[in-house]
Amino acid sequence: MPADALPRPLTLIAELSYRCPLRCPYCSNPVAIGAPAYRDELDTADWTRVFGEAARLGVLQLALTGGEPMLRRDLPQLCAAARDAGLYASLITAGTLFDEERANELRGAGLDHVQISIQSADPDDNDRIAGNRSFHKKIAAARLATRLGFPLTINCVLHRHNLDRVEQVLELALALGAQRLELANTQYYGWAVVNQAALMPTRDQLERAEQAVIRFREQVGPRLEILWVLPDYYENLPKPCMGGWGQTAIVIAPNGDALPCQAASTIGDLPLDNVTAHPLEWIWSESEAFRRFRGTDWMREPCASCPLDRQHEDFGGCRCQALRLTGDAAATDPVCRFSPDHDRLLRARDAAAAEDVSGPPPGTDEFVYRSMRTPAAPVH
Amino acid sequence: MTRPRLVTGARLHYDKVRSEHVLLVPEGIVRLNPSAVAVLELCDGERELDEIVSDLSERYPGADVSADVRGLVDAMSEKGLVVDAG
Repeated sequence: MPADALPRPLTLIAELSYRCPLRCPYCSNPVAIGAPAYRDELDTADWTRVFGEAARLGVLQLALTGGEPMLRRDLPQLCAAARDAGLYASLITAGTLFDEERANELRGAGLDHVQISIQSADPDDNDRIAGNRSFHKKIAAARLATRLGFPLTINCVLHRHNLDRVEQVLELALALGAQRLELANTQYYGWAVVNQAALMPTRDQLERAEQAVIRFREQVGPRLEILWVLPDYYENLPKPCMGGWGQTAIVIAPNGDALPCQAASTIGDLPLDNVTAHPLEWIWSESEAFRRFRGTDWMREPCASCPLDRQHEDFGGCRCQALRLTGDAAATDPVCRFSPDHDRLLRARDAAAAEDVSGPPPGTDEFVYRSMRTPAAPVH
Repeated sequence: MTRPRLVTGARLHYDKVRSEHVLLVPEGIVRLNPSAVAVLELCDGERELDEIVSDLSERYPGADVSADVRGLVDAMSEKGLVVDAG
C-alpha cells in the first residue's frame, strides 16, 4: 500500500458531554466549554447512527468520554448501540457517578472496559487537584468495576504536584486490581495551557518518576501494564500526534463537530464539519479538517526533507502545538530539534527546571480551575 | 501455564472491513493470523494446555503443533493477553 493512500480509522473518541463535576486544571477540553456552541449535545439517535458509520469505516475501538460521560442519562443505550455496531467500548470516567445500579446497567448493555481517573494517590491531594471531593468515590468505583468483572484502567495525569509520589499511584493501581495504568504526563492543550506555569515539572522529577516506573514494571511483570508517556517538552523529536493527522482517530465533540484531535478546535481557521450534516465517511475522506495535514504533502522545511526521514513516523508532530508555539499550524512541531523554533521549547523547560519544587505544595490559588467561564487568554 | 484463558476484557473479533481476525483489548488491537485464532478460541480457562495441543493435533493431522501452540501461549502471556485460570 502506498504510504499516502487513504488510511482507515481505528478509534472513535466520542466526547458525549463537556459537563463534569470535576474541575481539573489540566483538562484537555477546550477552554471555551461554556460557549453556546458546546451546549448542544447530540441525541441518542445521532450517536447510534455515528457508531454504525464508524464501524463501517473500520473503527474498532470506541472511547466514551467527556467531560463526564456518566452525566448522559442515555449511556446504557449508547453502550448497547456500540455493542450492536461491533465496537469495543471503553468508558473514560472520573468515577464519582459510577454507582452499583448504573454500573450493572452498563455491564448488561455491553460496555467492555472502564477507565477511572485519579488525580493523586493521596486523598487530600486528589481532591485539591480535582477541585472536588472525589477520591473516596473514585476508589469505590474502581473496586466496583473489578467486582463486576470489568477490566479496569487507572489513569493519572502527572505534573509537578504529584510526580514525586508516583510510587503511591503504582501501588494503588496494583491494589485496586487494575489491568492497566496510564501515567500521562500533562500535555499542554486546553486548560493545561492556562496552568502551564503551575504544572510544568522539572527534569529531575521526571527522571525520578521514570526510574520508579521501570523498577515497578520489573517487580510486577505483565499483570499490570504501565503506560508512561514523557511530556513533549522533554523530547527532542516529535510524537506522531494521534497516530498522525487523520490517520487513525476521529474525535467527535458533544455538539457533533468532527475533529482529527481533541485540540484541533484551537486552529481557528480550520472548518469543522458536523456529523448531523455529513456522513462520517465523507468527513473522514473529504472534509478540509481531516485533509489539511493528512499525510506528507502539506509539509514544509525542515519536515519536507527531514534528515532522519521520519515523515511517515511522526507525521510532523502536533499541529496544535506548532500553532501555539510558533503562531503557524503548518510549521514543524517545535519539539523537533531541527525546528527553527526549538529554542522556545528549551526556554520553557529551563524556566521550570530553575524553580524549586522541594518546598511545600502551593495553595489552590495557584490553579485556574476548569469552569464554564472562559478565562482570560493565557500569555505564552 | 495450566488452563490458559484470555485476559479479562479481551475478545476475539473478525474485522470485516480489513478481512482479518483481531483480539480487542482495553484500548488496544492485536492482529491475529488464522492459526493464532485457532489456538486462542480454545483458551477458555477450562481446557488444559495439553488438551488444546491434542485438539489441534487432531484437527491438523501430520503437523507438529505442540511447539507452536506453547510458543504462542507463552508469547501472549508475556504480553499479559493470556492468563492462567489455574
